[in-house]
Amino acid sequence: MPTVVLSSGSSMQALTGGQTEFEVEATTFRRLVLELEQRFPGLGKQVEEGMAVAIDGEIFQDAYGVELRPGSEIVLIPKIGGG
Amino acid sequence: MAKQYVSTTINGEPTEFLCETQQTMLDVLRDVIGLTGAKEGCASGDCGACSIQVDGRLVCSCLMLGVEAEGTSITTVEGVAQGDKLHPVQQKFLEHAALQCGFCTPGLIVAAKALLEENPNPTETEARYWLAGNLCRCTGYDKIIRAVMDAAAVMRGEAA
Amino acid sequence: MNYIDSNLKVVGTRPLRPDGVDKVTGRAMYSADTRAAGMLWGKILRSPHAHARIVKIDTSKAAALPGVKAIVTGADFPDIPNEEAFVGEGPMNFRDLARNVIARDKVLYEGHAVAAVAATSSAIAEEAAALIDVTYDILPHVIDVEAAMADNAPILHEDMFTVGVDPKPTKPSNIAKVIRFKKGDIDAGFAAADVVFEGRYTTQPVHQAYIEPHACLATANADGQVTIFASSQGHFMIRAYVAKLLAMDMSNIRVNPAEIGGGFGGKTLIYIEPVAVRLSQKSGKPVKIQMTREEVFRGTGPTSGAVVEVKLGAKKDGTIVAASQVLKFQAGAFQGSPVGPGAMCGFALYDIENIDVLGYDVVSNRPKVAAYRAPGAPITSFGVESALDDLAAKLGMCPLSLRVKNAAKNGTKTHYGPTHANIGFEQVLAVAAKHPHWTSPLKAGHGRGIACGFWFNIGGESTATVHINEDGSVTVATGSPDIGGSRASMGMMVAEVLGIPVDKVRTTIADTASIGFTHLTGGSRVTFATGMAATQAAERVVGELKKRAAMIWEISPDAVEWKDGAAYPAGTNAGQFEPLDLATLALRAARTGGPVNAEVSVNAQGAGAGFGAHICDVSVDKETGHVTIERYTAIQDVGKAIHPSYVEGQIQGGATQGIGWALNEEYIYNDKGQLENPGFLDYRCPVASDVPMIEAVLVEVPNPRHPFGVRGVGEVPIVPPMAAIANAIKGATSIRMPDLPMSPPRLRAAIDKAG
Repeated sequence: MPTVVLSSGSSMQALTGGQTEFEVEATTFRRLVLELEQRFPGLGKQVEEGMAVAIDGEIFQDAYGVELRPGSEIVLIPKIGGG
Repeated sequence: MAKQYVSTTINGEPTEFLCETQQTMLDVLRDVIGLTGAKEGCASGDCGACSIQVDGRLVCSCLMLGVEAEGTSITTVEGVAQGDKLHPVQQKFLEHAALQCGFCTPGLIVAAKALLEENPNPTETEARYWLAGNLCRCTGYDKIIRAVMDAAAVMRGEAA
Repeated sequence: MNYIDSNLKVVGTRPLRPDGVDKVTGRAMYSADTRAAGMLWGKILRSPHAHARIVKIDTSKAAALPGVKAIVTGADFPDIPNEEAFVGEGPMNFRDLARNVIARDKVLYEGHAVAAVAATSSAIAEEAAALIDVTYDILPHVIDVEAAMADNAPILHEDMFTVGVDPKPTKPSNIAKVIRFKKGDIDAGFAAADVVFEGRYTTQPVHQAYIEPHACLATANADGQVTIFASSQGHFMIRAYVAKLLAMDMSNIRVNPAEIGGGFGGKTLIYIEPVAVRLSQKSGKPVKIQMTREEVFRGTGPTSGAVVEVKLGAKKDGTIVAASQVLKFQAGAFQGSPVGPGAMCGFALYDIENIDVLGYDVVSNRPKVAAYRAPGAPITSFGVESALDDLAAKLGMCPLSLRVKNAAKNGTKTHYGPTHANIGFEQVLAVAAKHPHWTSPLKAGHGRGIACGFWFNIGGESTATVHINEDGSVTVATGSPDIGGSRASMGMMVAEVLGIPVDKVRTTIADTASIGFTHLTGGSRVTFATGMAATQAAERVVGELKKRAAMIWEISPDAVEWKDGAAYPAGTNAGQFEPLDLATLALRAARTGGPVNAEVSVNAQGAGAGFGAHICDVSVDKETGHVTIERYTAIQDVGKAIHPSYVEGQIQGGATQGIGWALNEEYIYNDKGQLENPGFLDYRCPVASDVPMIEAVLVEVPNPRHPFGVRGVGEVPIVPPMAAIANAIKGATSIRMPDLPMSPPRLRAAIDKAG
C-alpha cells in the first residue's frame, strides 16, 4: 500500500495525533485524499486546499488522477507559489 | 479658481491647453492633453519615468508645473520617432532587448536621446551616470547601456 | 511531441519582440493610461497609526464637498466568514485579504486602508479623503519579528492561536504558525561532525519596487456586470478575488489585462480593485484609482524581514553531515510569510543526511507581505550561503569545492520530500569552476564571493489558442500577462511547431471573457506552462492541417507529413503532389471543414527546478563604507532558452534586485511605527551607475517534461546575490556582515569596530 509521509511540520500532526508516517489503501491520489479525510477528519481537506504532494519524488500541485503504485511514497508539502 | 491658459509646442506641434495652477506638466500631458507615454512612477523626481525634454533639456515632468510650458518646446516619447521611422535609440532598445516590462522605457528613451544630443560619444561610465536618474527594476541596466552605446555609434556613422 | 534534440530554426534565436514598438514609442497601455467618459477619481484614506481600534468614521464633511459622488468604508464590504477563508487556487486567505483591502474594526499598520472617496477630479478626491474624520483608539504596536514573538508583545489578532504546537495554546499570539522539516537524525549528525559552524543572520523587509504603481479603472453597470481594466500578474486572479470579496458571480466580471509595469510577485494579489468596483457601484460611474508611490510603500506588501540561524556540521574532508536552521519570518499584519518555501529552499541544493529546519510565521504591525521573486529563498540562502563560506574557511577548503562536494544530484532526496530529478546543479558548478571570472587573479584590494541558489519553479493551469488566419498568418492568444517578454517566446514556440517564420505569428493576451482560465504570471511558470499549452495547440493545428491536405489530395491523413510550414505527401507511396503551404491551406479552410484553430488548456506538472551560482568581485571604500560591485557573473541552468535575450534579462534583473537587497534597501520606521522612507530617494534601489555589466551564463540542461526542455528562469537569480556580496566583502575586508542591508553606515561601523 502507498505510504504517506507528513513532511510539512506539526500543523498536520495535530490532525493525525502525532503520526507522521502511515500506510493508506489507494490507487489514485483522489482516493488517497478521501481515505485521509476519513481516517483523520480535516486532513484530506487541508491537503486539498493548501498542499502539494511529492509522489515517488515528483512534485504535483493538483493531482487527482495521478496513479499510485503499491509501494509509492507520498510526501505532503506546502503548496508552492512564486513571485 | 479659473484655469490657466498655456500656449506651447509639443513634439513640434503648436499646442494650447487649460490647466489648474498646481497641476504638474506630467498630469497635464497625461490627463489634459492625452499623451500617456510619460509615466508616473513616483511624482517626486526620483525615478525618471516621466522624463521629457524642455527646449532640449532633460527634465522630470512631475517636477515642473504645466504653466511653465508656456512658450517652450516640449519633446515627449511620442515625438522621438519621426513618423514611422524609429530613432536609433528606440531601434537599438528593441535589438538589444533593453526592455522587459517597458514601463521605464519611455523615460529612458527620452533621457538617452538627450544624452546623445549632449554627448555623442559617451563612455560607459558617462552613460551610466547620465541615466542614473532613470530607475529600471527589470533589466539590471546591462542591455540598456549596450543599446545606448550602440545607438551612439550608429548616430556617429560608425555602425549600422 | 518532443523538440529537445531537434534542429530548431526559431527557438533559440533573438527576434524583436512583437509588442516592442508600442513600448519604445509610449503607445503601450498600462493600468493608469486609460480613461472612460464620465470617469471619477478614487482616493483611499489610510491609517496614520501602526495599530489602533477604529472607534468611529464620520464621512459627513467629505460627502458635503461638491464633486464627491461616493464614499465607502469597511461597512460597505461583505464579511468573509472563517470557513470560507480558503477557496479555489492556492493558499490565499480571503478573510485576511478582505480585511487588508479595507480595515474593519482595527487598523493593523500605518497605511492600512480605512475608507475611500470617488470624486470628479483627483484633487477633490484627495481633499475629500482628508475630510473623513476617523476616531482611533491607538494601541501599542510592534514591528520587529523577535519583539512580536515575545511573551508580552502587543497582540494583533485576538483569534490567532499558534498552529503547529502541541498542546494547542489557549493564549493568543503573534506567532501564526510553526513548521518543521526533518531528515535523518540531526543530533547524531552534529555528534559525528569534526567541524561545526553557527551563524545568526538578519534581513530587512524589501519591496518589489516595480516602477508602475498599482492602478485600475472599474466600471459597474446597473445590471451587476463589472468591467475592470488593470495590470496585474493575473487578470483571472483579479476576477476571482473581486468575485470572492464582493460576493459576485465571476461571469459578471470581465477583466482586461493592461500592460504591466513590473510585478515580481507584488502584483499577484489585489489591493484597490474591490474598492474601485464598490465606488463605481455606488456612484454609477467608472472609477479610476491610482496609487501614489508613497501609498505603494505604506500600503502594499514587501517581502518578509527575518532572523535566520544556521548551524552546519562537517567532516574534515568537507562532507556536510548535519544542517539546521531556525527561521523567524515577518508576515506583516496578516499571516502568510514565505517561511514555508524559505524552509524548503535553503538546503535544497545540497545532499545532506541530517537536516532540521524550524520556522515561525509571525505577524507584526507593518504591511501584509506579498510574494517577491522566489519568496523566502533569498532570505534563507543569505544565511546558508554565508555560513557555507565561513564553514569552508574553517575547513581550509575552497568555497566552490565545498559546494561541489555536497551538491545535490539527480536522485538526491530533499528534506521536504521530493527527490531531485533532471536537475543541472553539478553542471552549473562545473561551469563556474572553469569560468574566467572565477579563475582570473583577484585585483588588489578586491574581494571575491560565490553563492548559490535554488527555486522549485511551478507549472499549473494555462490556456492558449492558435488561430490560422485566412491568409495563413497566425494569431496566438494566451491568458498570461507578459511581464518580461513572454509574448515573444510564445510566438517563437508556435512558429517552430508550424515551421513558419516568427514574424508570421502575433501573440496577444486575451481578457477573462475571451480565453480559458490561466493561472498567475509568476512562479517562473509562463514559458513552461503557457508555452506547453501553446505548443500543444500548435500541434493540434498541425494535425488539423494534415487532415485538410489529405482531403484535398484524397489520401489518408496518416500519409501526410508537415515540414517547414507545408504539408507534404509522406513518401512516394502517398502520391505525387505538390506541397500545400499554410497560406494555401488557410485559403481553403472553409471548403475543407471550417476555421483552423485550437485551444488547449493544461495543468502542467513536471516543472523543472532551477539552480544558479553567482560570482562577485567587490571593492570597499574603508572611509565611507561604500561597496562597489566590480564584476558580476551569474551562471544558471535555464533548461532551454527559448529567446536567450529575455532569459539573460531575467538573470541580470534578478541579480540587480539582489544587489539592492544586499547593499541598500530597507524600511526605516520611527518609534510610532510610521515609515520614514516611503519614496525612491530614501528607499534606495540600484541605479545604472551602481552596477557593472552583468554576465549571464546560460547552462542548458533540458527539462524532459516540457516539449522544448524549458525550465523556469525568472526567480532563481535573486537568490544568490546577497550572500555572494557578503562573501566578497569578507574577502575584501575580513569582516563578516551578517545583517542586511550592508549599507555604507553599517559597513563603516563594522570597519571601525574591527579596528
